[in-house]
Amino acid sequence: MKKTIDFTVNNEQKSVQIRSADTLLITLREQLGLTGAKPGCENGDCGACTVLVDDQPMKSCLMLTAETANRSITTIEGLHDTPIQKAFLEHWGFQCGYCTSGFIMNCHALANIHPDANAYEIENWLQSNICRCTGYEEIKEAIMSVLKTKEAGTSG
Amino acid sequence: MTGAAKYTADFTAPGLLHASLLTSPHAHAKIKSIDLSEAEKCPGVRAIVIGQDIPVLTGTTVEDRPILALNKVRYFGEPIAVVVADSEHEAQSACQQINVTYELYPVVNSVHQALESKPILVHEQLMNYTQVQKIQPEANSNIANQIKVRKGDIDVGRDQSEVTMTADFSFPPSDHAAMETRSVRAELLPNGEVHIHTSSQGPFMVKELISRYFLIDEDKVTVHTPLVGGGFGGKAAVQLELIAFAASRAAGGKIVKLSNTRETDITGSPGHIGLEANVKLGATKGGKLTFAEIHYNFNAGAYVDEGSDITEIAGLNCTGPYKIDHVWCNSLCVYTNHPYATSFRGYGHGELTFPIERAMDLLAEKLRIDPIAFRLKNTIKPGDTTPSQTKLTKSNIGNVAKCLERVKTLINWDEGQTVNLSDRLIRTKGISCFWKSSITPTDATSGAILTFNKDGSINLSCGVVEIGQGTKTVLAQILAERLKIHESKIHVMMDVDTQTNPQHWKTVASSSVYMVGNAVLRAAEDAIQQLCQTASIVLRCEPGDVDVAEARAFLISNPDKYVSVKDIANGYKYTNGNSIGGTVIGRGNFIMKHLTSIDKETGKGTPASDWTVGAQAVEVEFDTKSYNYKLIHAVSVLDAGKVLHPKSARGQVTGAMSMGLSWATREGFSFDKNGIVLDNQFRTYKMLRYGENPTYLVDFIETPQIDAPYGARGLGEHGIIGMPAALANSLSTAAGVPLNQLPLVPEYIWEQKRGEASDSN
Ligand code: FES
Ligand code: FES
Repeated sequence: MKKTIDFTVNNEQKSVQIRSADTLLITLREQLGLTGAKPGCENGDCGACTVLVDDQPMKSCLMLTAETANRSITTIEGLHDTPIQKAFLEHWGFQCGYCTSGFIMNCHALANIHPDANAYEIENWLQSNICRCTGYEEIKEAIMSVLKTKEAGTSG
Repeated sequence: MTGAAKYTADFTAPGLLHASLLTSPHAHAKIKSIDLSEAEKCPGVRAIVIGQDIPVLTGTTVEDRPILALNKVRYFGEPIAVVVADSEHEAQSACQQINVTYELYPVVNSVHQALESKPILVHEQLMNYTQVQKIQPEANSNIANQIKVRKGDIDVGRDQSEVTMTADFSFPPSDHAAMETRSVRAELLPNGEVHIHTSSQGPFMVKELISRYFLIDEDKVTVHTPLVGGGFGGKAAVQLELIAFAASRAAGGKIVKLSNTRETDITGSPGHIGLEANVKLGATKGGKLTFAEIHYNFNAGAYVDEGSDITEIAGLNCTGPYKIDHVWCNSLCVYTNHPYATSFRGYGHGELTFPIERAMDLLAEKLRIDPIAFRLKNTIKPGDTTPSQTKLTKSNIGNVAKCLERVKTLINWDEGQTVNLSDRLIRTKGISCFWKSSITPTDATSGAILTFNKDGSINLSCGVVEIGQGTKTVLAQILAERLKIHESKIHVMMDVDTQTNPQHWKTVASSSVYMVGNAVLRAAEDAIQQLCQTASIVLRCEPGDVDVAEARAFLISNPDKYVSVKDIANGYKYTNGNSIGGTVIGRGNFIMKHLTSIDKETGKGTPASDWTVGAQAVEVEFDTKSYNYKLIHAVSVLDAGKVLHPKSARGQVTGAMSMGLSWATREGFSFDKNGIVLDNQFRTYKMLRYGENPTYLVDFIETPQIDAPYGARGLGEHGIIGMPAALANSLSTAAGVPLNQLPLVPEYIWEQKRGEASDSN
């Protein structure tokens, strides 16, 4: 049983035919070709699939596409030259790059929603993503460079 | 960065079919029957393959592993059947309809159990398997391979010792947990060509094995590898590729995609080896090591894969970077009913370093000598020999003592190993040395090809897979340095295609820079020679009068007289249209030299071309009431030979340190009594997260390796090696009890403390 869902993706109006069980991650990747959101666990544990739903970061593997009707989705493909993208490049915030789009989406939302985030808030947000390659040092440099919070934070 | 980088599972194709695996719910059981009738009726199903359909045994050292379980299952998660369907969810639901009946067998649930006198056998046919490399299994046992190292005379060493220590050490199997799960697309074209797209560290190996097991000419098989989302050794094993090919063939050759779920990636595909060890060390009262007697019993799990090689290198380098004249070591590769193991970052060295460096601290404590001072008295140097009796030279080993001295300063050792912060909080430090050599086949080879574009920029083609280690950047740099041009003028092909790229053994063992780097330098020489040849005609001189730099070929005696490389690289055209020369193609190759095979009674031989050394330290803040702790500082000092790319080198080292700390603080499979893995999701299989990392202090010593490109030694894996030992040494000091098991969770520390309390009652 397929049904039709209308939503906005990266500022474009889209209409997709979905199964009720389709997750947003599957729809984005397989129907819209937006493969920047990555499957890492499909269980809400790794954050590689993070996108923005109405500007809030959301693990797209945990959300059914059916829930997103008439809402606005932003994926990494919808970000262009944002400060956080530049910061990840400049600070070498990635190695294999697989976790990167998820991290960037989460960081981007953090910078927009809590530009003054303190060390605790930053940790609280970014602990929902896993990076297996880096030691998080570069990712920290990248996020700190775009936040207004300039003190080094508590975690080294 | 923009979402444009494509990994294997990001590609799709019209008509693509999806495959899904049915995996074993048991760790050891006979497969009595498999009933496919219900599954075959499911919507969308195109084919189902089970072990009986492809009854070959596979393996790169010994052929012990069926592609899909045959007759019995040997570990929880072992693939039993693959279903091909129009969509992934149809393939998954059909899998649920496969009806397998089992007869449960008793489970070999630890190395200890595997080595009991009348053990349950994981492989009854062990002695009949085809050995691809010479290994030494033992009949009627679970021992798949055994390495014996006999150097000097252990009895003499014992007689010389005044103080000795002995202890057991262990850690369970764990996982690589690369963020990208393994993924493959396979296709068999009507003309017999096979195309495999895979997230592999060894595309050339995939090609060889598909050809071998399915009896297809190698020239018909092409393997493509785009970017790989982390490997850490786990993607050097060939497994899903074989299943995906069989699935495509069964579905009429159509293109089939098979991606692991996280759960299958953790238990179904190979992981990180486990270990149970016993170490005895002796020393004089003055602190000179006299002997080492070592048992390494590796838990290879249900199949050998790389387990036998890991066992071998751990045995041959068993002592760590110390001069010990009398060494006795037995290193065993043991089958159990656990998920099987393959190569893992550090390849046997993180594993051997944990027991050895713990033992060094325990002995230092007995001797009442400072742990750093004790190590400094015993570090190995040029002129000494390794346990495998390879003579060390100024070139093939770095400077351990220098690394240790530097670590001592960076961690501020002199303030004291323990610092009290409050009535319950203390800060403690622990250290570890390490060494690492890469084990490669004695004939491992690599190639490189250079071609020139019209604008003078250069294409570099080689078989290295980019897995996030920046190897290709370093190769571009080596080439840029040799041709004295800017790196941006060099294009390295990022994807690997076995049909067009020259062979590279495997992208593992940090050896890529050494092997391919040397091939790149030779290709550069070859290209320069051809450029000089053409330039000499244009400049009317001898080829020997010309040199190449900064995109020009110029007269050595008068550099103002030159011709641009771009004007000669694809033939030089005179103004009247006559042309000379032709397309320049630089070719270079490299093969490992002077490696010898290993004597099976004594371990004597030369297994590797070089030993990279280093020292590390970890400082924790420890709560003496709750046994919780925080990682404060982690230090690595590596003798890198030459650092080619400082920022990327630091990133490699801190990334590996983070992985080592994650492993040591929390990773490792928990098995229930039936051998079922309890933590096969990231919800339960924990890894280090943002903010839990310590502050990293990284520095490099540069003792060049003479035969390596610009003296650079490999460093992609080394940061991981000493982390578990340094952490355990730090926490043992903090807790005041020996902590000889990983992972070092607070519950374990609490148990040890409680054990100590009840021992003294
Ligand atoms: S794939 Fe969504 S959180 Fe891991
Ligand atoms: S860069 Fe590889 S997982 Fe983060």
